[in-house]
Amino acid sequence: MASIDREQVVHLGRLARLELSESEVAHYTEQLDQILSAIAAISEVAAEDIPPTSHPIPMTNVFRDDIPTPGLDRSVVAEGAPAWEDDRFLVPRILDEPA
Amino acid sequence: MNQKIHTMESDLVRQSAATLASAIRQGDVTSEQVTAAHLDRIEQVDPSVHAFLYVNREQSLKRAREVDRGIAEGNISSPLAGVPIALKDLLATKGVPTTCGSRILEGWRPPYNATIVERLEAAGVVSLGKTNMDEFAMGSSTEHSGYGPTRNPWDLERIPGGSGGGSAAALASFQAPLAIGTDTGGSIRQPAAVTGTVGVKPTYGGVSRYGIVALASSLDQAGPCARDVMDTALLHSIIAGHDPRDSTSINSPVPDVIQAAQSADVRGMKIGVIKQLQGEGFQRGVLEQFNAALDLLAGLGAEIIEVSCEHFQYALGAYYLILPSEASSNLARFDGMRFGIRRGDDGTNSVEQVMSATREAGFGAEVKRRIMLGTYALSSGYYDAYYGQAQKIRTLIKRDFESAFLHVDALVSPTAPTTAFKIGEKLDDPLAMYLNDIATIPVNLAGNCAMSLPIGLAPEDGLPVGLQIIAPAMADDRLYRVGSALEAALVDQWGGLLIEEVPAL
Amino acid sequence: MTSTAFDHVMTEFEPVIGLETHIELGTHTKMFCGCSTEFGGDPNTHVCPVCLGLPGSMPAVNRTAVESTIRMGLALSCSIAPWSRFARKNYFYPDMPKNYQISQYDEPLCINGFLDVTVITEDGPKVFRVEIERVHMEEDTGKLTHGGGAGRIHGATHSLVDYNRAGIPLIEVVTKPISGTGSLAPEVAKAYVAELRELMRALGVSDVRMEEGSLRCDVNVSLSRPGQSWGTRTETKNVNSLRSVERAVRTEMVRQAERLRNGDRIIQETRHFNEETGNTTSGRSKEQAEDYRYFPEPDLIPVAPSEEWVNELRTTLPEIPSVRRARLQQVWDISDFDMASVVNAGALDLIEQTIDSGVSEQAARKWWMGEFSRIANERGCDLVDLPVQPLDIRQVESLIASGDLTDKLARSVFEGVIAGEGSVAEVISLRELKVVSDDSSLIAAIDQALSDQPDIAEKIKSGKIQASGAIVGAVMKATKGQADAAKVRALLLEQLGVSE
Repeated sequence: MASIDREQVVHLGRLARLELSESEVAHYTEQLDQILSAIAAISEVAAEDIPPTSHPIPMTNVFRDDIPTPGLDRSVVAEGAPAWEDDRFLVPRILDEPA
Repeated sequence: MNQKIHTMESDLVRQSAATLASAIRQGDVTSEQVTAAHLDRIEQVDPSVHAFLYVNREQSLKRAREVDRGIAEGNISSPLAGVPIALKDLLATKGVPTTCGSRILEGWRPPYNATIVERLEAAGVVSLGKTNMDEFAMGSSTEHSGYGPTRNPWDLERIPGGSGGGSAAALASFQAPLAIGTDTGGSIRQPAAVTGTVGVKPTYGGVSRYGIVALASSLDQAGPCARDVMDTALLHSIIAGHDPRDSTSINSPVPDVIQAAQSADVRGMKIGVIKQLQGEGFQRGVLEQFNAALDLLAGLGAEIIEVSCEHFQYALGAYYLILPSEASSNLARFDGMRFGIRRGDDGTNSVEQVMSATREAGFGAEVKRRIMLGTYALSSGYYDAYYGQAQKIRTLIKRDFESAFLHVDALVSPTAPTTAFKIGEKLDDPLAMYLNDIATIPVNLAGNCAMSLPIGLAPEDGLPVGLQIIAPAMADDRLYRVGSALEAALVDQWGGLLIEEVPAL
Repeated sequence: MTSTAFDHVMTEFEPVIGLETHIELGTHTKMFCGCSTEFGGDPNTHVCPVCLGLPGSMPAVNRTAVESTIRMGLALSCSIAPWSRFARKNYFYPDMPKNYQISQYDEPLCINGFLDVTVITEDGPKVFRVEIERVHMEEDTGKLTHGGGAGRIHGATHSLVDYNRAGIPLIEVVTKPISGTGSLAPEVAKAYVAELRELMRALGVSDVRMEEGSLRCDVNVSLSRPGQSWGTRTETKNVNSLRSVERAVRTEMVRQAERLRNGDRIIQETRHFNEETGNTTSGRSKEQAEDYRYFPEPDLIPVAPSEEWVNELRTTLPEIPSVRRARLQQVWDISDFDMASVVNAGALDLIEQTIDSGVSEQAARKWWMGEFSRIANERGCDLVDLPVQPLDIRQVESLIASGDLTDKLARSVFEGVIAGEGSVAEVISLRELKVVSDDSSLIAAIDQALSDQPDIAEKIKSGKIQASGAIVGAVMKATKGQADAAKVRALLLEQLGVSE
C-alpha cells in the first residue's frame, strides 16, 4: 500500500474543506501514515473472488409511496440558518476570485 | 402509603427502571417525583462526573407531569411509563440543543425528533437531558468531546469509555436509570463494560437510525443502556421495530427480549468462546473474570465450545477504512451554510474559504484525522485497495460469524481488552485508542447483535470488567437469555448488582 | 455564425457527439422525501430535514420515481439491471445540502438501449439510431441566486439558496458516442432531445417544461479527421433548450475546427453555453479533475427489480411516439414532409384530438397547420398555447356543414375566440357572424339588386343563367357576406321564374 506524503495531506485537506495549519499538516502526515501502515495487513488477504459487503443485512427494494407529507415551516428553517436573507440561505460568494 | 413513598423517595435514584415504573403505575410515586429525584442527583453529582451536556429541569418536570396525567387518564401505558432517561447527544431532539459533542453544532436546535425520541415520548419515558460523548461518536473515552471529558464514577481520574461515556456514566452514578447509546464500533458496549453497566447493540436495522446523526451509516446502531438486564430489555422493546423513514430498518417483528430476560436459563445452550478475542493484548484481570464467567455459564448448564474466527484479525483494519470513509461523507454537510456555526465570513472570503474555516474551527483533532483518512481511502486510485478491500474483509468476517453460529447459539468474549484507563493516557496515540474496540468491532462489521454485561472487578485495579455476548442477526433475544442467566448467578454470588459496589460520590 | 464556417468544418472533420440529458420527473414528491415538487413555490417552503440535509435525516426512495425510470428504460429498449444501487457523489457546493449528491455510479438501473431519431434532409427524412449507454436516477440541487454582481456568479458578492428544487427526482439519460452523422450532427442532437422529450411526455413520467429548466443537457463534442481516431472532447454544460442544443453542437464544432486548423490542441474541459450569444466559453480551470469519491450510498439498500415487476411495468407502456407517428401518417395518408411539418409544429396531439372529437382529418389538419399555425407564428407562441380547443373546431365545422357559417366566417369566429372575445357561440353573436338565411330579407335584397341592374335581370330571364353571378355578388355584398351564395342563387332563379 502506498504511503502518504505532505503534498497528499494538503490535497486531502482541500478536498475535505479543512483549513489545516502547517503543524496540523505535519502531524496528520505522520499519523495517517502510521495508521495506514497499521491497517495495511488487510491487503494481505487474498479476496479477489469475495463479494464486497456494503450493507450488513441483505435487503432490497425498500420504497416510499409518492404521497406528499408536510415539510418544515419556513420560520423554523430560517431560525436554524447561520445567515438568511430574502427567504433564502445567505452564503458567501461562490467563485474563488475576489469580487 | 405516605410512609412508603417517603422511604422510596430517598432511594429513588438507586431503583431499577422496572421498579420505578411499577411504583408509578401503582400510584406509590409520581413520575414528577422520580424525575425530580434524578434532576436533584444530577445537580449534586454531575459537576464532578460531567455526564450531561444539557439538562432542562423545568421542561423535564413539565413532561413528567404530563406523563403522570397520561397514566392517570389511561392514555399512556408502557412498561417504562414515567421513568426518566438520558439521551446521547447524537439524537436529534426537537427544539433541544443537539451538539453531537462537537463545537460545530454549538447552539443548534433540530427542528425535528429522531424516531427513537418519538417512541420514547409515546411510551411516556421522560427525557432528563442530553449526554456527553466523543465528538460525532469518534472515540473510546469521551475525551474527544468538544465540551470536556466525562469521568468514570468508579474512579474520577479515569475514562468512562466512549463514545457513549456520558450515557454510561449517568447510569453508573445514578443520575439516570436508563440511557440511549449508539454503537458504531463498540460505543455502547465498551462504556458499559468499563462502568459496570449493561448495554446492548441491537441487530443492525433493529432500531431506527432516523434522526441519529450518522457517523458510519452501515455500522451505526442505537441501543438501550441500563444497570440491569431486565431494564435493558424493557427499553429495547420500546425503541426497536420497523421505521419506514430508515430504509435500512428491518421490517419484521422484534424478538421477544422481555420474555428472554425473564427466562434466565442457558441450559442446553451452546456458547462459543472466540479464540481470537483473548490472550495477547488483554489485561490479566479481564481474562480472569472472563474465565470465571465461563465457568459460571458451564455451571448453569451451558456447553462451552471454542470457536475460531480467523478473519477477526483484519477487523480493526477494515473498520478504520470503512468508518472514516463513510464519516468523511456524512460529515460533509457540516459546512456552516445551513445550520450550526459559521466562521470566517467577513464578506470577502469565498464559500470554500468559509466552509474550510468553519470546519477547521468546529471539528476536533480526532474528527479531522478520520475525515482525512476517509477522504484518502475513497479517493480514486485508492478506492479498490482500501474501501473496496475493506468491504471484502467485511464479507469474510460475516462468514466467520455464520460458520460459528452453525455450531453455537451465542458467542462470548471480553467486551474490552482492558478496564478503564486514565484520562489523557492514550489521547495522543490514536492507534492505542483504536485497540479498545478490537472485540466489539467485528459485530458492527457483520451487523449482528451483542450485549455487554458486568461480570466483576479486575483484581489488580478494582475496576469493572464486561463480558460480551454475541448472537446472530435478529436473534437479540438470545443476548437477554444468556445475560439474564449470568446476571442472576452473579447477583446470587455477590448479593446484589456489581454497580452497587460503585464508590459513593 | 455563417453557414460557410460550418460547411468548412465538414470539408476536413468528422464530429462525434454525445449527450447527457437530465430531466426532472413529474412525481408528486421528491426523490428521497415527501416534500412537494410543485414548481414556483415561495423559496424554502417545500423543504424538510431530509432535503435540507439536516444532521440525522435519512433518504427514502420514491417508488414512482424508480418505476418511471424503469419505464423510460424499457421505452428506450434498455436492459433493466437486476441489481442496481445508489451511490454518493461527493463534492462541496452550497446548492447541495449534504455536500454529496445521491446518484448512481457503476450500477445504473437501465443500460444499453437506443432511440431512433429522424432528421429531415433535402433528400428526405433520414433515420439515425442513437445508442443509449445508461439511464439512471439522481436528485436535483437547490437554486442559487447571485447577489451584487448583476445576478451572475462572476463578480457576485454573495449568493442566496432556495432548496425547494433540492431533491427533485431526475433521470439522466446518457448516449453512447454518436458518430457518422456528418454535417447533420447539430440536427441529430436536437432531434434526439426532442424525441426524448416526446417519449417522456408519452410515458407520462414528465411533462418536460423546458422553460422551467426541467430538462438540461450536457453536450459532448469532438472532431477527428476521417479515418483517424476520435479527438479530444469538450463537455458543454447546462444547455437548456432544443434550439440551444443544436447551436451548442454547431458552435463547438466550428470552434474546435478552427483550433485544429491553427495547429492548437483541444483541451478536455467543461464549457459553458451562453444562450444570448450562442457561444461556448471555457469553464473555470481546475488544477486537477474533481475527485468525486463515489461509494455505495450506505443509507439506502439496492434496487433489484424482479422480472415480474419489470413485466408489469412493460404492460403500462403507451405506444411510443415514433410508432405512433408512423401509424398516424399512414392513417392520414400524408407525405413524410407533411408529417414532419405537423411534428415540428407541435400539432400532432392537437390534430389527433381534433379528429377524435369528430372533425374530418383534412379539416383538422387544415385548421391547425394553416390558420392556427399562422396566428401562433405571429404571436411567437406554441400551438398548444393558443386558447382554442378541438371541441371549438368541431362546433365550427358542424356550423359550416349546416350552412350556418362559411369558411370565411369561420376564420373570423376563430380570430375572435383566440382574441379572447369569448366562446364560439359568443363570438358569433358578438360579431354577428351568422349566415343570413331568412328568405324574406334575402328576397328583399335580391329585388333591390334586380331593380338596380334591370339589364342583368333581363339577361337572366332570357335564359342566360350565367349572368346571375352579378346579382348574387351584389346580394352577398349587401348582406356583408353573411348569406349562403348557393341559396341566394336558387332564390333568385325562383324569383325570376327561371329554371336550369
